[in-house]
Amino acid sequence: MDEDSRMIRFRTDAPHDAPATPLADFLAGGNATAVRLEPADDARALLPHLGRIALVEVAFPKFRDGRGYSAGRILREAGYAGELRAQGDVLVDQLPLMRRCGYDSFAPEAPIDDDALTRALDRYPDVYQKAADGRSPVWALRHG
Amino acid sequence: MKILTGQNLASGDVVWWNGQSWSLHLFDAVDVGEHGEAIAATEEKALRVNVPYVVEAHATPDGPMPAHIKDRIRAAGPTVHPALAIHPELPILKTPSEAKARSDV
Amino acid sequence: MYKYDSYDQTLVDARVADFSDQVARRLSGEMTEDQFKPLRLMNGLYLQLHAYMLRVAIPYGTLDSRQMRMLGSIARDYDRGYGHFTTRQNLQFNWIKLEDTPEILAKLATVEMHAIQTSGNCIRNISSDQYAGAAADEVGDPRPWAELLRQWSSFHPEFSYLPRKFKIAVTGAEQDRAAIQLHDIGLQLRRNEAGELGFRVLVGGGMGRTPMIGHVIRDFVPTHDLLSYVEACLRVYNRYGRRDNIYKARIKILVHEIGAPEYARQVEEEWAHVKTLGLDPPQAEYDRIAAFFAPPAFETGLPQGIDRSDAGFAHWVDQNVAAHKAPGYAIVTISLKPTGGIPGDATADQIDLIADLAERYSFDEIRITHAQNVVLPHVRAQDLRPLWDQLVAAGLATANLDLVTDIIACPGLDYCSLANARSIPVAQKITQRFADPDRQRDIGELKLKISGCINACGHHHAGHIGILGVDRKGEENYQLSFGGSAAEDTSIARIIGPGFSEDGVVDAVEKAVETYRGLREPGERFLDTYRRVGLQPFKEAIYG
Repeated sequence: MDEDSRMIRFRTDAPHDAPATPLADFLAGGNATAVRLEPADDARALLPHLGRIALVEVAFPKFRDGRGYSAGRILREAGYAGELRAQGDVLVDQLPLMRRCGYDSFAPEAPIDDDALTRALDRYPDVYQKAADGRSPVWALRHG
Repeated sequence: MKILTGQNLASGDVVWWNGQSWSLHLFDAVDVGEHGEAIAATEEKALRVNVPYVVEAHATPDGPMPAHIKDRIRAAGPTVHPALAIHPELPILKTPSEAKARSDV
Repeated sequence: MYKYDSYDQTLVDARVADFSDQVARRLSGEMTEDQFKPLRLMNGLYLQLHAYMLRVAIPYGTLDSRQMRMLGSIARDYDRGYGHFTTRQNLQFNWIKLEDTPEILAKLATVEMHAIQTSGNCIRNISSDQYAGAAADEVGDPRPWAELLRQWSSFHPEFSYLPRKFKIAVTGAEQDRAAIQLHDIGLQLRRNEAGELGFRVLVGGGMGRTPMIGHVIRDFVPTHDLLSYVEACLRVYNRYGRRDNIYKARIKILVHEIGAPEYARQVEEEWAHVKTLGLDPPQAEYDRIAAFFAPPAFETGLPQGIDRSDAGFAHWVDQNVAAHKAPGYAIVTISLKPTGGIPGDATADQIDLIADLAERYSFDEIRITHAQNVVLPHVRAQDLRPLWDQLVAAGLATANLDLVTDIIACPGLDYCSLANARSIPVAQKITQRFADPDRQRDIGELKLKISGCINACGHHHAGHIGILGVDRKGEENYQLSFGGSAAEDTSIARIIGPGFSEDGVVDAVEKAVETYRGLREPGERFLDTYRRVGLQPFKEAIYG
């Protein structure tokens, strides 16, 4: 079972199948429409180019390295509307947090159990803070 | 000698490999020679133990005694709560003179 | 104090269900220990030397009798009849089974308690001043903002996998009773020249391996901007904090390496952006929370004098009772540091008694201090004597607040898998050596803190006298340091010389105390004399 068949997507458009270009190469020029960010890459380097990017793939080589969560939110805060994919050591328990940070597709190295995923995604009916998923935080619900 | 220790996954109890299974008591621990890592891996995978590791120990008339104080405390229980310790009689300190000095207080 | 609404309750209940699911997947082997560990830590569950340890959150150190009784009942039903109060105002149970944890968390949730984010590389319990809402020197009660921060930080999707743990403390008084200069972020409520309410923000303080004092990165953040500003602080840390070495991963290292001005600049830049996102709750939300912290209905016209004819009672009042802002009231500290006892431990019976006393004498409010004691914040002066009588009967009346036997000690190698040496026996021996109450009072304020390893959970860097247990060639050895402080005059203690055996360090402490007594000028504490005369006289007395 390869990573493609394990992919989890929350988008209705067709998956972007161009390989994701590393950031340095992307910034050096050319007309790539998919770019890959490593944990140490600065997501804001993409801000001038968001209009022509269809896929940003953010690497999570180790699930404990949480830099990708900031990268995701930064891109969504800048108005990026394309596919935002978390790739690598992505486990079911981190998926809901990644969704909140704007990720809408996932390429986990190890398969994620469907039932566990459904339970995880439905677990929290409310959220305490605003993030990149558009959900209203509890304080907004309290005060209309 | 080398002995094998770990903790029970569900309860957190400290356990010692007795050659076939996991005992709560240090005095049951057997010398695993060079096989400790392999036994640990098998047992951990089978969920019969959590976080196992090999411990250097000395053979004594009363059974194996871990070389490191941390493992002696794991085997004995908290020294400040003898009523809750599984083996409060276990000597924690290395030398008899230290053990005597402690009991003088 | 704050009461959950249905949203808060739903979220805590969801977390219980979430973690119960994770526990089941661990027990079935679906998850490895490596995958499970960050998840269990984010629910306060450690695997310690003898068993699992559960750290229950006591948000900003405040709880009521109902919650206290639940802690007592968990101590009885799932642990071994006692609990341990910590240096971050939380409570630890030492003998927990993983398989019982879902049930324990479900029971805690019924009284609005949890163990969320009391460990892990995320934002931990927001700590505060144990005298909040009672002290006369307060600009305002900091706890409504502590509660706002608690909600904001809970399950924060961007900051759940930080480089390392993150600790925030909030105070509202001139006197710093929450060690804000030794936290990742310290917040001091204050007014600017225009009289507006806001926070002075300090970043980059901490103890552990490399103790550092926090830097002021912004002198004034208006209260309504607090959450977006802190969000910016955390985002800069999440993006740029070191991840290559866990001993260099705290924000203090980042601030030290790039400099406080550069860190402050990066935060300002991020904040300019983050402010536009509408992250700050409306004033109505602050008002809603603040209403829970309105002062209780203090009586007026109460008698203020007390009968001091009993010497024991008078000494306890002098030492453990502080002035309250409302006339006729007092702030009581219940010492959990009896002679020969384990600092910070309380039996289930003592926990239940404290619950009863709080309900009866303190408007049902209890505080936990970062020095591991308990506070009843609103006691009528006329109730001090009957309260004290009951404390005496329960072994809770030790009159030693801030004296040499009021020791902060981590659990150490008796309990903790990270420790290098035992800390509790050292504390016990020191309290026994200085057991005489007259001697303690003569010595005066002396904050002695003991850590069993370099992680410094016993705050030894901030002790007037600090003791660090180390492993020296497989044996326990103790380093002595002097001159630390966690108050407004924050300073880091300095090691005085070669280490000692367990008995040796107790003798050395006694020699240090006698040296102080020989050199002190009127009004000087140990710390003051040390700062005035320096280390030399002490070194000579101790090392000969």
